[in-house]
Amino acid sequence: MTMASMARKYEARKVTPKEERQATSAMIASLAAEGYDTVSAPFGQALVQAAKADERIVGLTADLGKYTDLHILGNEMPDRFYQMGMAEQILMSAAAGMAREGFIPFATTYAVFASRRAYDFIAMAIAEENLPVKICCALPGLTTGYGPSHQATEDLAIFRGLPNMTIIDPCCADDIMGMVPAMIEHNGPVYSRLLRGKVPSVLTRHKPDYKFELGKAQMIREGKDALVISTGFMTMRALDAAEQLAKDNVDVAVLHCPTIKPLDVETIVAEASKGGRLVITAENHTKVGGLGEAVAGALLTNGVAPKFRMIGLPDEFLEAGALPTLHDMYGLSVSKVVEQIKGWL
Amino acid sequence: MTVDDRAPARSNVSLARRAWNIRRKALLMGEVQGQGYIGQALGIADVLAASYFHALDYRADEPEWEGRDRFLLSIGHYAIALYAVLMEAGILPEEELETYGMDDSRMPMSGMASYTPGMEITGGSLGHGLGIAVGMGMGLKRKKNPAFIYNLMSDGELGEGSTWEAAMSGAHHKLDNLICLVDFNDQQADGKSTEMLCSEPLGDKWEAFGWFTQRVDGNDLDAVVAAMDAARNSDHNGPRVIIFDTTMCKGVPFLEAREITHFVRVDADEWGKALDVLEEGKPA
Ligand SMILES: Cc1ncc(C[n+]2csc(CCOP(=O)(O)OP(=O)(O)O)c2C)c(N)n1
Ligand SMILES: [Mg+2]
Repeated sequence: MTMASMARKYEARKVTPKEERQATSAMIASLAAEGYDTVSAPFGQALVQAAKADERIVGLTADLGKYTDLHILGNEMPDRFYQMGMAEQILMSAAAGMAREGFIPFATTYAVFASRRAYDFIAMAIAEENLPVKICCALPGLTTGYGPSHQATEDLAIFRGLPNMTIIDPCCADDIMGMVPAMIEHNGPVYSRLLRGKVPSVLTRHKPDYKFELGKAQMIREGKDALVISTGFMTMRALDAAEQLAKDNVDVAVLHCPTIKPLDVETIVAEASKGGRLVITAENHTKVGGLGEAVAGALLTNGVAPKFRMIGLPDEFLEAGALPTLHDMYGLSVSKVVEQIKGWL
Repeated sequence: MTVDDRAPARSNVSLARRAWNIRRKALLMGEVQGQGYIGQALGIADVLAASYFHALDYRADEPEWEGRDRFLLSIGHYAIALYAVLMEAGILPEEELETYGMDDSRMPMSGMASYTPGMEITGGSLGHGLGIAVGMGMGLKRKKNPAFIYNLMSDGELGEGSTWEAAMSGAHHKLDNLICLVDFNDQQADGKSTEMLCSEPLGDKWEAFGWFTQRVDGNDLDAVVAAMDAARNSDHNGPRVIIFDTTMCKGVPFLEAREITHFVRVDADEWGKALDVLEEGKPA
């Protein structure tokens, strides 16, 4: 229950004049990423390319093919595509069964439904058996204004607690296209978040030779005042914020950490030990049990204790509304990232 | 309680006109957002009219009245349709129509109990309503409260295992106060329901699970009303289900004729056109 809404349920609302209105963004809307080129359906494209080279690859979805870009595989290689209907539990059980028979299933749905509805099936049928099922989920964290039913704010925390699970939160199309072959190469279960539709290409613009590497955090930008360790699209926010802060002579480094588990402790500890910088984690996820706490744990157990702050979602069910409004409200917009960093320095 | 005791049923506004009003309000909300699950709303309008202006007992000025029949919207994305009928019933103020889906609105795109008077449960994650309805049925019986629970669900939700757990459970606990309404619009997110997980023979399945089962044309108001009455008045010692075959976009022929998808595309200039077309078929 969204507490703020509950308290105001019986309060009448005023109608905003037409000019000032902000509509809730559609479920399928791409993330606003001004100034970046976009790639269309990077996950679907990369998967088709991989499937052409490897007969073991199949795709399964629970009535969300079009909404996870798996329909690209369905259209181009229909005999590799399985429509399981809106039934996330059988989606995961069946993926486990196909993996047992030697296939590499990519199972897609929304992040909320994999992590909540199907968790036990993923835990026991897939993870405990260490089967190579690749679970790829759209609408990660706060990427829809539909409210808690579609906002996967705790998926990373849920899967971090699961042994054998590799977890990826890609930043952009560059990460997504790089992670698909890496997921296949990794012989075990993987949970990855997905951005779908027209997905911005962010990392190669900031670092032209960037290539996704499973299990590796990579410096995208150097800086001496603060180090942001970020994952998912929050790396894009951090990079955009760093450009703005540079204008005010604040020098921010960005370490992109798309693999949440296993965490690249070596790189994180090494970077956080350098030169007394403020260390900030940034994630599109609740601050409970995500990247921030993982980094904090890694630093402390390695005897590194810099000044440390976290950017992430509060421990709450979030509101419904327009995505830009919500990103401002919960501190994920570029301007709010800038504001938070300035406040801490 | 007989049907005639229920205040909303005593109104002299025809059900056809109620359904028309629901369609109109839904289109007006769609116009506000420039989008919305309008195909679903137009398709289910007749069932909602019959529910709120014939079958259900409630108090418009007291949405949490203990004696009310509970109406659960399991399908959160059909919220636009429920808001329309809640306004028509006087539970939500019509002035707020233009806030639909806006920031700080009481009418978010996906239905949530914490936002909206008259919205009993939070939908959005599909396959929840029927299970909650089972528990409410058990609870009402414990309290010796004679109210009914209606659960409106979609054909897509027939794919979820939780639906069939609830179906078994409702029959096992002999919940003769539970009425499940299934919108069979043959549509899901990726395509036609019947081409996805084939649920036919659907009526036989519910019957085998111990439910008093009816299947009618959900856009034929007389048939809908008769089925609603039969569901309520049956002496079957267990739950009741009505499967409604509906047509998406019903009432706006040029949208009905469009290639129907889960999220029917309506261009900015077409909302007004749809309202005009609807106007032509306005019942007395
Ligand atoms: C548990 C769950 N899985 C998946 C979804 C995503 N989803 C939203 S609507 C929808 C289609 C479901 O079918 P139905 O309700 O019959 O759709 P409609 O008739 O409105 O097209 C899906 C898969 C969801 N909301 N909940
Ligand atoms: Mg349907």
